Amino acid sequence: MSEQAYNDKVVRQFSIITVLWGIVGMLVGVIIAAQLAWPALNFDVSFLTFSRLRPLHTNAVIFAFGGSALFATSYYVVQRTCQVPLFAPKLAAFTFWGWTLVIVLAAVTLPLGFTQSKEYAELIWPIDILITVVWVAYGIVFFGTIVKRKVSHIYVANWFFAAYIITIAVLHIVNNLAVPVSLTESYPVFSGAVDAMSQWWYGHNAVGFFLTAAFLGMMYYFIPKQANRPVYSYRLSVVHFWALISIYMWAGPHHLHYTALPDWAQSLGMVFSLILLAPSWGGMINGIMTLSGAWHKLRSDPILKFMIVSLSFYGMSTFEGPMMSIKTVNALSHYTDWTIGHVHSGALGWVAFIVIGSLYALIPKLYGKTEMYSTSMINTHFWLATIGVLLYIAAMWIAGVMQGLMWRAVNDDGTLTYTFIESIKATYPYYVVRFLGGLMFLGGMFLMAWNVMKTIKDVEPAVVTIKTPAVAAQGA
Amino acid sequence: MSGTFSGVMTGILIVVFLGIVFWAYSKRNKAAFDEMAQMPLNENAPEKKETSHD
Repeated sequence: MSEQAYNDKVVRQFSIITVLWGIVGMLVGVIIAAQLAWPALNFDVSFLTFSRLRPLHTNAVIFAFGGSALFATSYYVVQRTCQVPLFAPKLAAFTFWGWTLVIVLAAVTLPLGFTQSKEYAELIWPIDILITVVWVAYGIVFFGTIVKRKVSHIYVANWFFAAYIITIAVLHIVNNLAVPVSLTESYPVFSGAVDAMSQWWYGHNAVGFFLTAAFLGMMYYFIPKQANRPVYSYRLSVVHFWALISIYMWAGPHHLHYTALPDWAQSLGMVFSLILLAPSWGGMINGIMTLSGAWHKLRSDPILKFMIVSLSFYGMSTFEGPMMSIKTVNALSHYTDWTIGHVHSGALGWVAFIVIGSLYALIPKLYGKTEMYSTSMINTHFWLATIGVLLYIAAMWIAGVMQGLMWRAVNDDGTLTYTFIESIKATYPYYVVRFLGGLMFLGGMFLMAWNVMKTIKDVEPAVVTIKTPAVAAQGA
Repeated sequence: MSGTFSGVMTGILIVVFLGIVFWAYSKRNKAAFDEMAQMPLNENAPEKKETSHD
């Protein structure tokens, strides 16, 4: 058999650009956080207003930063665990340039105010079509690689990646079904409560499959690899995979409590959200327990610290989520900054932490090095990020509960105790704390960019040839 | 009628889930799963550097 090399060029491209998009997305986040604390910071310029920048922030961190990280790691993991190079490498190259074009188009259209007004699906229809094309290409590359694998089994990380690729395709297409009336405008095919339900069926499954399942795939490869121990329980990973993907589908209605959505649908969403705790914690326990018997590694390895703390935040936010989906709790939390705190406990604490940890593990390998330029810098990044995210979510928790209590407070005669603006005024100090937390997190990303630059400077990319191990030989 | 349908579906899904649990935890699959759990650790390390790459 002739020696083949893994196709890591596209992995390198996506890995490096992940760091860049992380900085861009989080910078926009810090800017809009500052605007909430000091509203004059939009300078009365239309494309700098909160309403234009907020979707830019969410799209940049979720789809540019998170998405590029997922392309990088899924392409890397599927090759390593299937022992073959990527299927259709030209198509893989296309996914990089296509996805990057999507991001650039988003960065242009959103500040200009072009939007279809669906949260996390703001991009206008021509960009939606480009996303679909890139995503189908992604699916072909990923599943093509699985099909030509040299080992008999499909490693569990690939199951999670596969579920994410298929589901995101379905969600994206259904939720963006629209009738275009011009190049930049379209009308959704659904209307009223049905439109709201399909939007949050999309929205919550984007959380479930993009921000959860896919990053669990990342976790299931990079944590065992970094700890140099097999996953705690492979059996548990199988069970919680099927439970997670079957239950997530039904949790969306909890975004629409006390709206025009039928009551039974709201209750259904709440019940499924509560059940979700079990498979979510299955993944958290499995990841954390992988370190069982080797806890000392946490002391010396800041990369493992990132990974294990990411699972702690994952456990925390997947406990908080079901709790907030209980209708009576939601009556207090909905529309307050508690929701923002919850989202960032997941998005910064879980998603960004596992991405940062995995990239620190991955980037040196892609350039033929054993480790990053500076390990102590990783440690500093870890503490900046941890304190940053804690400041952020603590501020938003307090602000959210306070807002909820102020909004529901009534006087003896039934009139509201507080005006809305009073609750905003009371929130200002917390907005400042949140801004500082976000600023620290962003500072950590700059440190990472510097560290990555020093690591890959003047280094030739590594070519890794594929050796067929004993396991694979038996399977083939 | 729709109540009966929901009940039957719930029953079927419980059986499917228990089936997955039994399948995952059956003795027969233990060896295969243990082997799969080793997959990330078997991978080969970088050994040579390249000048051009595609």
